Amino acid sequence: MCMPHADARPSQGIREMTIAMKKVTGAAAAMVLLSGAAAFAAQPTPWQTDFQPAASPIMESIEWFENYTLWFIIPVTLLVLALLAYCIVRFRADAHPTPSRTSHNTLIEIIWTVGPVVILLCLAIPSFQLLTAQYTPPEEPALTVKAIGNQWNWDYEYQVETPLTFNSALLTDDARAAAGKEDRGAYPRLLAVDNEVVVPVNATVRMLVTGGDVIHSFAMPAFGVKVDAVPGRINETWFKATKEGLYYGQCSELCGKDHAYMPIAIRVVALDQYQTWLAAAATDLGGANRALMASVDAQNKIASAGE
Amino acid sequence: MAGAATHHDAHSDHRPTGWTRWVYSTNHKDIGTLYLIFAITAGIIGGALSMMMRWELQEPGIQIFHGLAGMVYGIDGDAAIDAGKSMYNAFTTAHGLVMIFFMVMPALIGGFANWMVPIMIGAPDMAFPRMNNISFWLLPPAFLLLLLSLFMPSAPGAHGVGGGWTMYPPMSTSGQPGPAMDMAILSLHIAGASSILGAINFITTIFNMRAPGMTIHKMPLFAWSVLITAFLLLLSLPVLAGGITMLLTDRNFGTAFFAPESGGDPILFQHLFWFFGHPEVYILILPGFGIISHIVSTFSRKPVFGYLGMAYAMVAIGVVGFVVWAHHMYTTGLSLDTQRYFVFATMVIAVPTGVKIFSWIATMWGGSISMRTPMLWAIGFIFLFTVGGVTGVQLANAGLDRSLHDTYYVVAHFHYVLSLGAVFAIFAGWYYWFPKMFGYTYSSAIARVHFWIMFIGVNLVFFPQHFLGLAGMPRRYIDYPDAFAGWNMVSSYGAYLSGFSVLIFLYGVFEAFSKKRIAGNNPWGEGATTLEWQLSSPPPFHQWEQLPRIK
Repeated sequence: MCMPHADARPSQGIREMTIAMKKVTGAAAAMVLLSGAAAFAAQPTPWQTDFQPAASPIMESIEWFENYTLWFIIPVTLLVLALLAYCIVRFRADAHPTPSRTSHNTLIEIIWTVGPVVILLCLAIPSFQLLTAQYTPPEEPALTVKAIGNQWNWDYEYQVETPLTFNSALLTDDARAAAGKEDRGAYPRLLAVDNEVVVPVNATVRMLVTGGDVIHSFAMPAFGVKVDAVPGRINETWFKATKEGLYYGQCSELCGKDHAYMPIAIRVVALDQYQTWLAAAATDLGGANRALMASVDAQNKIASAGE
Repeated sequence: MAGAATHHDAHSDHRPTGWTRWVYSTNHKDIGTLYLIFAITAGIIGGALSMMMRWELQEPGIQIFHGLAGMVYGIDGDAAIDAGKSMYNAFTTAHGLVMIFFMVMPALIGGFANWMVPIMIGAPDMAFPRMNNISFWLLPPAFLLLLLSLFMPSAPGAHGVGGGWTMYPPMSTSGQPGPAMDMAILSLHIAGASSILGAINFITTIFNMRAPGMTIHKMPLFAWSVLITAFLLLLSLPVLAGGITMLLTDRNFGTAFFAPESGGDPILFQHLFWFFGHPEVYILILPGFGIISHIVSTFSRKPVFGYLGMAYAMVAIGVVGFVVWAHHMYTTGLSLDTQRYFVFATMVIAVPTGVKIFSWIATMWGGSISMRTPMLWAIGFIFLFTVGGVTGVQLANAGLDRSLHDTYYVVAHFHYVLSLGAVFAIFAGWYYWFPKMFGYTYSSAIARVHFWIMFIGVNLVFFPQHFLGLAGMPRRYIDYPDAFAGWNMVSSYGAYLSGFSVLIFLYGVFEAFSKKRIAGNNPWGEGATTLEWQLSSPPPFHQWEQLPRIK
């Protein structure tokens, strides 16, 4: 049919299709490939018309699937538009004064019932594969982090040997200098936070998400993650960030006055940087964050000098 | 007594006059007119709320709501900024509730259906004329309660219900202890009761009062669409009533249906809400489907293509519409299998919807099309509804919805099907039946200018919101990262243009009533075949005293 194959392993199937589709949709693919540099960061850009660049295999699949659906819905919409325009011109009263009385045609009615069914099947097969992949982590998680949504900030609990707990809230303008975050490009207004979540690159991270007061939603567009933080229940999701960098998301369930002011920031770093940070953060979170920022900055300078 | 007897004989002239004609009215046409006036009023208020939101969102940062809050609640400084943020949330909530319960539903069901369904099926009036009166007169107090709730305390330092039209607890219970939420709940109870009474009336009327020969399979599609809508109302609104009653008792009487700390579950409310909420969106659009069918057929001078398919497509949409509710809840932690089911069920709805779109086009095919004003709106509807429909097919996929849920993509989608779909259907119906209802013709030049400015305006508002949603901008945000500024600015300018088009609409109404150009019984020619075009314009106070015979 329309799909090249239906692979037994859903996530694998999705990825192969991703690769196949990238060859077709050159522009979108190029964006993903180009953004593979070390200082990768995903945040919205002015006049953007597409997803933020993917930084996890799941988001790559979502991006592929979104492009794939466009191959059906744009032609369908244009077909409707073309038929309407054709009717208006061809059958206008001046040109076609005597209307036909046709009000039934079984064949055409079967075609426009079965046609959409076939299109929907073409959409459903990769859609179900994508959905399954989102609930099928490739491996046991290397790290579990619990996120608790509060009005209007996030608490994070690292479930590691010596548990690490900290609060993450919007970075206010007067705190920028002290935090060393005066670069508004890297730390944009309403997206930057005081304490980022830090995770190692290429590691499967399990997120446990719950709400402390009302419902919030933990969202990270570049990873293809969004899960509601519901009081009284713990939702589980996972991601595997494949590119180092600083990523931003925002609370995605209306939670009151400062709903727009409780961003989520995740810093993806090399495993050794993560381990150094984790060890230091247990006693001095601010110091650990500054040390990590210095380490990442040094790395980026070397990378850009090498280019 | 002799005088009274002669008076009684002249039945068609017997009508109450002055204010009693309207307040005590049991006449479906007068009540329909009341509903239309009410819907226009509510639409202007709901539209004004959205204008304020778009003004706020035109640039990053908080522009107007701190000042607005200061003005309305008499505070300043940081308290005004905080109150302004809450006020923005109250505006999004009120905009949604006003447009759904007090604009689209009263216009389509209370207005056009009340006016036209009895006439179209050859009935003298609705089955329960007095119940029809109370259906309408419950609405103004409900609307007043909702508007007053904007000025009542809710969360500390805030006024008005700020939980969105979805009212998810705990935000709507422990999150907003003040009386605003209770007033909104009462408002919805009253509006819901009004709609249930209306639904009973329509079902009884359509089942029992069709003229001789008007079998259910000869009934005009608008009557079909209202019949199905009435069933959806009857089956879904009690669930909303139950849900919001549980909210009320959780808030005031110590129950814990939705309070996790006492063993309740906030997600239970979402299931109840969307079991109502999803059929509700079909309630908003189905009568529009009926109107569009008549207009397309009239101005193509051809019978509706695939009449039975059209009728049963609506039945199918109505039935399947009841079993797809959790596609609004993909991110709440539903199990994988549950999500699979809801993806599948939701996609099924695209099939009957496609049948309708293609049947409208097939109705035009081979016709003799005159692009009169209602036809312009109807074709605008078909195209814009298609755009909203195909993004709906995207959103049906839980895997993709993961990225789009609660972003502006969803806002764009449902405004394409409702704001540009249902509202265009309302305007199509308005321009189609205006000469019939009021006996005057409007200026088609003004009506066309209204169409084009509104068409451009609403597309400018909502098409860029797809881009914002893809880029990740969450909905219900008073302020956004600077990168989203560009498309938000375009969207706001589009909103001003759309708002201006509403002024043109109002001027067109004024112009028509002041010029008093007589419309005649059937201004649309031989394509207009339904029964209302056999009556005078406006129809007599009591029609079909001799029942029409349908061959």
